[in-house]
This record gives sequence, C-alpha cells and structure tokens, in this order.
Amino acid sequence: MYDFQFEPCQLPDDTQALRAEVREFLKENLEGFPAVKKAATWQGFDSEFTRKIGERGWIGMTWPKKYGGHERSALDRYVVLEEMLAAGAPVAAHWIGDRQTGPLLLRYGTEEQRQEFMPAIARGEGYYCIGMSEPDSGSDLASMRTKAERVDGGWVINGSKLWTTHAHRCNQMVALIRTNPDPDSKHTGLSQFLLDMDIEGIDPRPIRDLSGSEHFNEVVFKDVYVPTERLVGEEGQGWQQVMAELAFERSGPERYLSSFLLLRELVKEVDPSDGTARRLVGRCIAHMATLRLMSLSVAGMLNEGKAPALEASVVKDLGTSFEQELPELVHDLLGIEPDPDGDTDLAQVLSYLTQVAPSFSLRGGTREILRGIIARGLGLR
Amino acid sequence: MNELAQILSESVTRLFEDLATREVLEEAETGIWPENLWKELEEMGVMQALVPEESGGVGASWNEVESVIRAAGRYCIPVPLVETMVASWLCSSCGLEVPKGILTLAAGGKLEGSGSKVKGVLDRVPWGGRATAILAEAVIDGEDSIVLLEPDSGEKLAGQNLAKEPRDTLSFTNCAILTGNPLSKDFPKGLVELYGALARSVQITGALENLLGESVQFANDRVQFGRPIGKFQAIQHQLAILASETAAARAASSAACTAADSKKAFFEIAVAKARSGEAAGIGSKIAHATHGAIGFTYEHALHFTTRRLWSWRAEFGAEAVWRDRLGEKALDRGADNLWTDLVSQ
Ligand SMILES: Cc1cc2nc3c(=O)[nH]c(=O)nc-3n(C[C@H](O)[C@H](O)[C@H](O)COP(=O)(O)OP(=O)(O)OC[C@H]3O[C@@H](n4cnc5c(N)ncnc54)[C@H](O)[C@@H]3O)c2cc1C
Repeated sequence: MYDFQFEPCQLPDDTQALRAEVREFLKENLEGFPAVKKAATWQGFDSEFTRKIGERGWIGMTWPKKYGGHERSALDRYVVLEEMLAAGAPVAAHWIGDRQTGPLLLRYGTEEQRQEFMPAIARGEGYYCIGMSEPDSGSDLASMRTKAERVDGGWVINGSKLWTTHAHRCNQMVALIRTNPDPDSKHTGLSQFLLDMDIEGIDPRPIRDLSGSEHFNEVVFKDVYVPTERLVGEEGQGWQQVMAELAFERSGPERYLSSFLLLRELVKEVDPSDGTARRLVGRCIAHMATLRLMSLSVAGMLNEGKAPALEASVVKDLGTSFEQELPELVHDLLGIEPDPDGDTDLAQVLSYLTQVAPSFSLRGGTREILRGIIARGLGLR
Repeated sequence: MNELAQILSESVTRLFEDLATREVLEEAETGIWPENLWKELEEMGVMQALVPEESGGVGASWNEVESVIRAAGRYCIPVPLVETMVASWLCSSCGLEVPKGILTLAAGGKLEGSGSKVKGVLDRVPWGGRATAILAEAVIDGEDSIVLLEPDSGEKLAGQNLAKEPRDTLSFTNCAILTGNPLSKDFPKGLVELYGALARSVQITGALENLLGESVQFANDRVQFGRPIGKFQAIQHQLAILASETAAARAASSAACTAADSKKAFFEIAVAKARSGEAAGIGSKIAHATHGAIGFTYEHALHFTTRRLWSWRAEFGAEAVWRDRLGEKALDRGADNLWTDLVSQ
C-alpha cells in the first residue's frame, strides 16, 4: 500500500521579513475594500491590483530573472500567496499565469515563448485562462473533441471550451486541444496551445453563475489559425504535461483558505462568551492549522523537485471539504439569513460564500475524481 | 527519519510483531500482565528514550521517538510504554530523578497538600494500580507543583477504558509523596494533560494507520457480487477519506512533536489532539463499515484498535476540550489576530 508522505516543512526565518512587507502592502492597498469583495480573493479579478503586486516583485517569484522572475524560493512564494488570500486580496488576474502558465513554459515552453510571455505575467500585465473542459467533457477530460488540424505553418482550431474562468478578461488561453482524432489515441492525441484571446475566430461568451455574476465563459473557436510557434511542448504530449501541473494546482493555500474571510467575520461578530461559538472556532482552527501543515509540506516537496501528486489530491479533498463546511457551520451556529444587502459584513460574506461554496469541490477536479485518484494510490484500482 | 529514530522504530516494531500477539492482547484484557513484553522493552531501554543522556537516558527528541509511539498505537500494545516514556521525560524535565519501573501520568483529579504530604483523588489513571509511581500535578502550600506518588499509599478503585486497558482511580489521604518540585515556566500548569494529549494523538495516528492498512487489505480480499468489494467506488471513496484523515492526524501530531522539542507546544498539541481525535471517530466508522459484520465480532481483531481509538480520543482532553481552548484563545485575541496567530505558531 502506498504510504502518503507529508514531510514536515518549516518556513525559514528569513521569510518573516517578507511576510511583514506583504502585510504592510496589503494594509495600505486593501484599505476601504468591502469585506464581501475581499471574500472573493482568488476569484476577484482586478488588473490594477495585480499590476501593483507585479511591481513589488511578487508574481513569478521563483522564475529566472531573464524571464522577468525574481529567483526566490517556492517557500517565499508560499508566504506571499497565503498572506494575499488571508487578507482577501483580489488576485485572480495573475493567479493562473503565476501558478500554472509560467511553470508550464519553464518546463515545456520554447525559449521564444518564455521570453515573449513570462515577463508580462511577472509585471502583472499578462492574464491567462485555462481551456480544458468542454460541453461534453468535464471529468472525462480526455474525451474532449475540440480539434486542431494541421495547415501550412500552423494549425486551425474548431470547437468550444466551457467554464473557462475569466476568458473574457484574459490576454491568453492555454488550451488543451485534440491534434489526433484517432479514437485509439484518447490520451496521446492531445496538445497544448497558447492562444491570443483577441485573434480572429475566438469568441468568449460569459456565462452567468447562480448568483448572477460573470466569471466563467463558453469560448467558441471558429477556424482559429495558430502558428506552429504557439504549440507548447510536444505534439501529443498535452495530457502528460497537464497532469504534471496538477500537483501545483491542487495543493496551494487557496485550497483551504477560500472561506477564511467568513471565519474572520464570525470571530469579529460572535460573543466571546458563547460556548458553542468558541468550540466551533476552535475546531476550525484545528482544521486550518493541519491543512496548512499539509499544504506547506507539499510546497516543500515541490520545492525539492518531487512530484507529490497523491498528497496534493489529499490536500485538495480535505481543504475544499473544510472550505465548503464553513458556511454551513456558520449558518448552523447563528441562524442568520445570508443577505447580500445585509447590515453586517458577516451576513454579506455568508451570502457570497454560501453561493460559491459548491464550486470549491468542482473546479480543478471534482471530489469524486480526487477520491478516485487517492484510492488508486491505495492500490484499490 | 534519522538513524536513531530508525533504529528505535525498527527494534520496537520487531518486538511488537513477536510479542504483542492477539493472544497477549486478549489475555491483557482479562488482567494478565504481559511480563515478557514489558521485560523486553525495559531491556531495550526505550522507556528512557526521551530522558537526557546525563540522566541515564537515550536523549532522543520527540520527533525521534514519534515512530515508536506510533508503533505502540498501531500494535495496540497492552502495556504502559507510552505513559512511562512521557512520565520519565517529564520527571527529568522538571528536575525529578526518574524512578525505575512502570510510570504513569495522572491528568484527571486534584491533589493538594503541604510539605511532603498530599491528599485528593486521581481519576482513571492508566495502569494506576500497577505503576511503580504516578506523576501528577498538585498544589503544595499554595504552589503549583509536580509530584511523584506511590499508588500503594492510596486507596485503589480498579477501572478500565473501552479497550479494557486499566484506568484506576486512586484516593489519597495524607499521603507522603516520593518527590516533588514546583512547576517552572517551560512546564507550567496542565503539563501532564498536555503531554499526555500529545502522546495520545501520536498513538491515534498509529492506530489509524493500522485501520487503513487492514481496511484496504480486507477490501481487496473480500469478494461480493463476484468481485473484491474494493472495486466498488463507494468503498474506494470511503477508504480515500480514511487515508486523508490518517494523513491529517499524522501531519498534526508530527508537528506537535516538533513543537514539544522546543517546549512551546500548547497550540500544536491542542491542534493535534483535536484533529486526530476527530480523525479517530471518522476512521473507526469507515473501518467498521468496510469490514461488515465480521468486523463487529470479538473474533476479528479490528476492535482492538477501534475500541482504543474511541477511548484515546477522549483521554487527556477530548476534541471538545481542546477545541474550546483553541477557540477561547482565538475569540479572546480577536479577528485581527486570527491569521497572524495561526501562522506565527
Ligand atoms: C467555478 C468554476 C470554474 C471553472 N473554471 C474552469 C476553467 O477555468 N477551465 C476549465 O477548463 N474548467 C473549469 N471548470 C470546470 C471544472 O473543471 C469541471 O466542472 C469539472 O472538471 C467537472 O466537470 P463537469 O462540471 O462537466 O461535471 P461532470 O464531469 O459531468 O460531473 C458531474 C458529477 O459526476 C461525477 N462524476 C463524473 N465522473 C465520475 C466518475 N468516473 N466517478 C464518480 N463520479 C463521477 C462528478 O464528480 C460530479 O459529481 C470550472 C468549474 C467551475 C464550477
């Protein structure tokens, strides 16, 4: 049986100065932000804010300087991320570029691609979305049909992507596309492309979510021409390349902190002598402290060049379960109405999180898919 | 794991494999003391693993003995190895000479006295009736102190936990302590409960590892509807949860061991006991569900672990106790310190 390894990771002391700097920055720059806006954190798209973070050198922190990065450790980056999330900074604009696109290009991109795209991400000016899911391909991602056909000097793409977060606000999409239609090559016929969102034939249409807000999109491709230089990595290796990203995607502090602002509001509002509240808050702290240890542990292992994919799935499953439970716990405890126009920040934040919480265990791989991965690790599949 | 930890863990595991057999576990439940197992452990010197070398111990750190305590949990060993290890460490940490023999920890109850005499009751002390000496806190002449007592100087009321491990209540009337010392800054009031809770959270982790291994094995072996039940997705997902809970208990208890080595461990131990206790309940439920009726029998060995988990999660402070303490502190410190406190631990 596989033995899950969560090697302890302690942040070096020199991250303390950085943490203090980030806090100072956030205090200044989040002044006057309403609590409900803060609650969106890594869902909140704010290019102006992102540019400021870029100016401070907090995007692409681990990347080589020649690509606009800052050659700092993954643990420095971790500190910045967790401080941003805990304070409720709107970090969606650069989140994907920093977390996924940069590392993808570093691993598989060409020199030209790195030079062209990474510095803009690090400056806080390059915004990326991820085009994987399709109308008929969600969990069964490898069944996707959007296809690229070879033409002179490049490819022509037809099909559509669905649920592409912030596609209508991004400069680029990293898209996973079928380059080999042979049904025998379900997993080996996929390739990754970098697509400019403003080229001919790409049409993102925002989809309203249940709360009425627009962040994800349907993106239709009609005879979209992409030059060969925009293929990322190897033709037919898209699936392997995407799977390699998952450990980064599934274990970060965003996988347990999405509801943190609600806990904060709760602590602000409840009567400290309320024994039920005390116990509930204590339980949340025990969970958060443990999740942080686990998430940090994965960060530490990634920093050492390991690929803890199973551990990352464990972090995401436990973390999103906790994030989802929080609005339920608060509802149970207080029985207040989740009111978007409520008098208190607590009622507003509760209203926001109650509605977005279902997505926590969908985006980035559903709970059921993650548990399947863990079960395979246990030798059950 | 470093070399010392490796050696310690391998040698106790070998011993448990040989001597903590089902027969021994069953006998222990009827009150038969596993003398052989205890003698071997004494000879190994593992009881004094945490005691500094200059005081005759091994000088290991909590992180180095963590795997020994986990193994004790995994094998359900029916002797107070863990209690003796922790009591020995606390004795030496509090400037008391470490007595030979069986030592144990008394977290429940109350003692007070003056000079070298105390009176009061110690509740449900692990192997309290059999121990050579009991480590407990007492208020002596108004001062919070740590004392060692002989159980024979008190009145014993035998009791057991769910796993039939001895939990004896002792009443003392004007009893002479063996030794004692005032508490210090590094080891303040509540230390016996605190480090007892740490030990239990590590044992719980070991026990959960056992449940996970046994449950996965069972799921691969047991066939229904023509295939191993582990092929059913419902079972797979339950076992994935068990694995995740086990990993959470391990991460929390391991961090608490690291903290214990730096002597500022209240927060980490509170987190570890609260979190591992929760995992114990979830894990036991899943292991039993997976095993079906056979796992509900005395014949099957599963209960040796689950009955311990149900008791251990309640001993040295249940989740409720530690959650309340964590929550009280957080509410006291307020929303603005919530995050900063969490990451400054
Ligand atoms: C807010 C939000 C943002 C998103 N952003 C993006 C994005 O930017 N880019 C992108 O590409 N995608 C994005 N997604 C899509 C997300 O990745 C998919 O929702 C997810 O992969 C699940 O696919 P689906 O929604 O089609 O559900 P389905 O796959 O149809 O699943 C429906 C249900 O069936 C279960 N199920 C499916 N297969 C199995 C199985 N084998 N065993 C057991 N249960 C199964 C699922 O777990 C789920 O409970 C986003 C989704 C959300 C909600």
